[in-house]
Amino acid sequence: MIELTDISRHFTMGDQTVRALDQINLTINPGEYISLMGPSGSGKSTLLNLIGLLDTASSGRYLFDRQDTTDMTDHKLAELRGRHIGFVFQSFHLIPRLSAADNVMMPMTLAGIDIAQRRERVTKLLQRFGIADRADHRPSELSGGQRQRVAIARAMVMQPSLILADEPTGNLDQRSGKEVVEQLEALNRDGITLIVVTHDDDLGQRAQRQIKLVDGQIVSDSGASEPMGIDHLLA
Amino acid sequence: MILILAATATGVAAVIVLTALGNGARQFVVNQFSSMGSNLVIALPGRNETTGGPPPMFGSTPRDLTLNDALALKSAAGVARLSPVVIGTGPVSRGSMSRDTPIVGTTAELQRIRDLEVAQGKFLPAGDPRRAVAVALLGHTLKQEIFGDAVAVGEWIRIQDRRFRVIGVLQEQGNSFDLDWNEIVVVPVATAQQLFNTQTIFRVLMTQREGSDLPELKQELHRIIAQRHDGEDDITILSQDSLMKTFDKVFNALTMALAAIAGVSLIVAGILIMNVMLVSVSQRTGEVGLLKALGATKRQILLLFLNEALLLSLGGAIVGLLLGITGSALVRQLYPTIPAYAPEWAIFGGVSIALSSGLLFGWLPARRAAELDPVIALMGSK
Repeated sequence: MIELTDISRHFTMGDQTVRALDQINLTINPGEYISLMGPSGSGKSTLLNLIGLLDTASSGRYLFDRQDTTDMTDHKLAELRGRHIGFVFQSFHLIPRLSAADNVMMPMTLAGIDIAQRRERVTKLLQRFGIADRADHRPSELSGGQRQRVAIARAMVMQPSLILADEPTGNLDQRSGKEVVEQLEALNRDGITLIVVTHDDDLGQRAQRQIKLVDGQIVSDSGASEPMGIDHLLA
Repeated sequence: MILILAATATGVAAVIVLTALGNGARQFVVNQFSSMGSNLVIALPGRNETTGGPPPMFGSTPRDLTLNDALALKSAAGVARLSPVVIGTGPVSRGSMSRDTPIVGTTAELQRIRDLEVAQGKFLPAGDPRRAVAVALLGHTLKQEIFGDAVAVGEWIRIQDRRFRVIGVLQEQGNSFDLDWNEIVVVPVATAQQLFNTQTIFRVLMTQREGSDLPELKQELHRIIAQRHDGEDDITILSQDSLMKTFDKVFNALTMALAAIAGVSLIVAGILIMNVMLVSVSQRTGEVGLLKALGATKRQILLLFLNEALLLSLGGAIVGLLLGITGSALVRQLYPTIPAYAPEWAIFGGVSIALSSGLLFGWLPARRAAELDPVIALMGSK
């Protein structure tokens, strides 16, 4: 489903080139639960952004759902993001002026889905995440845990095949963090691929496959698919 | 946001009120001219062509426009009434009281042409205008100064060294032809010519016969003078019509200038919209990044911000429209003689400029938002 081949991402700062990602090869199959770990500046967020099609690689090839994204237009990338990928951020990223329901509805509004279908899906999701009674509340009227649940509902509203969570529990207390993780894992059990970036070892260990990055390179991958790697080398 | 609304509203209201004032002033002048009688035609000596501007100050007058020339113009088919006018100043005295005052020499027909009302006595007698009769009418103020409340009709006054019998007193009235008609003495035209020792007629005032054609009448008047002046067509004909056209042009230009000045304030409002939108984009960088992560295309982000700019300027335009209409109504209430109604083009133009300046100046911030890198935008709001 996701295939990164020799992916590098360089940033130029003045006359210096920073290698945020260096020759990454990675294959992720549908339904996997992966944690990306590593120290600050190791490139895990850059990798997440590349997988999420928010950023493009300096070199290498990225196949998403068998489609080569290397030369895709901004418009096509936006469409793929909107329809197939859900994001969950550490700082929730909810629009403060909108109610919880409207925040959840936003991806469908952008995709031009009709209002009746939007309402129906939003109501179901808010019920599923236990925040139906907070539908009309603005983010400032919600607790951290509730905000993150609104964000997860928003990530789910387009029924994506992939959810990318960047430090989803980073701003939450232990109890709320645990609830959020359990909800994300429940989505994975439903077949959705889940990639979580985290500093938290405990959270990282919960994933079926742990990938560790250091200085822009994968230093360990608990579930690296050897046959795929060999195939790639032989190709 | 309130600042943008206020700026746009002020601009639109200014366009509407200022053009209403310009338009009202124009209408006021037109009404004044109409009340004078729109069929007035004036002949003056001198060949210089004008289109209703002031009479030529320089330029040759090879021949005088004489009293006989003036009277000959009456033969033109389109002339209903005609009155030659000679104007000068001289000392008017009674007993020991004396003052210099404008003296108008004319004929009986001027009363009908200028709608002059006589308060006491009567106007100049009809009869041969070439006869220099020693009679005079006094303007309202002049009569008060010389006679006070005493009866003036039948009394004698002196103009220069000649004695004149007062036959009437004019009713109080306004200025016309740069003369204060309350201050003047009216005498027969031939008498005035003798007083000023001149053959020349200053102006010939005529009214156009109803149903006659103005260009044809002008042509005929020129032809009559050319015939009498050995082929020299050396008079200038002014008509109410051409004067009005000139005033119309002047006031239209004035209204346009006022609209343009007010329009500038709308451009200023546009720049304000741009600044506020730029601030808004930088404050909402994270939101833009989020929308992009949620699948928004560049075009959707561009339209989102353009819509905001358009809504803001539309709100301002509506408030401005209401303010402008109220302002114009207030002007009409305070100055009922000035019909201060904004022309339709100004209302339409004011609102259109407000909306287009909102769109135009909203474009740059909207474009900046659409081009934001989603990763940097999301990082910026962490």
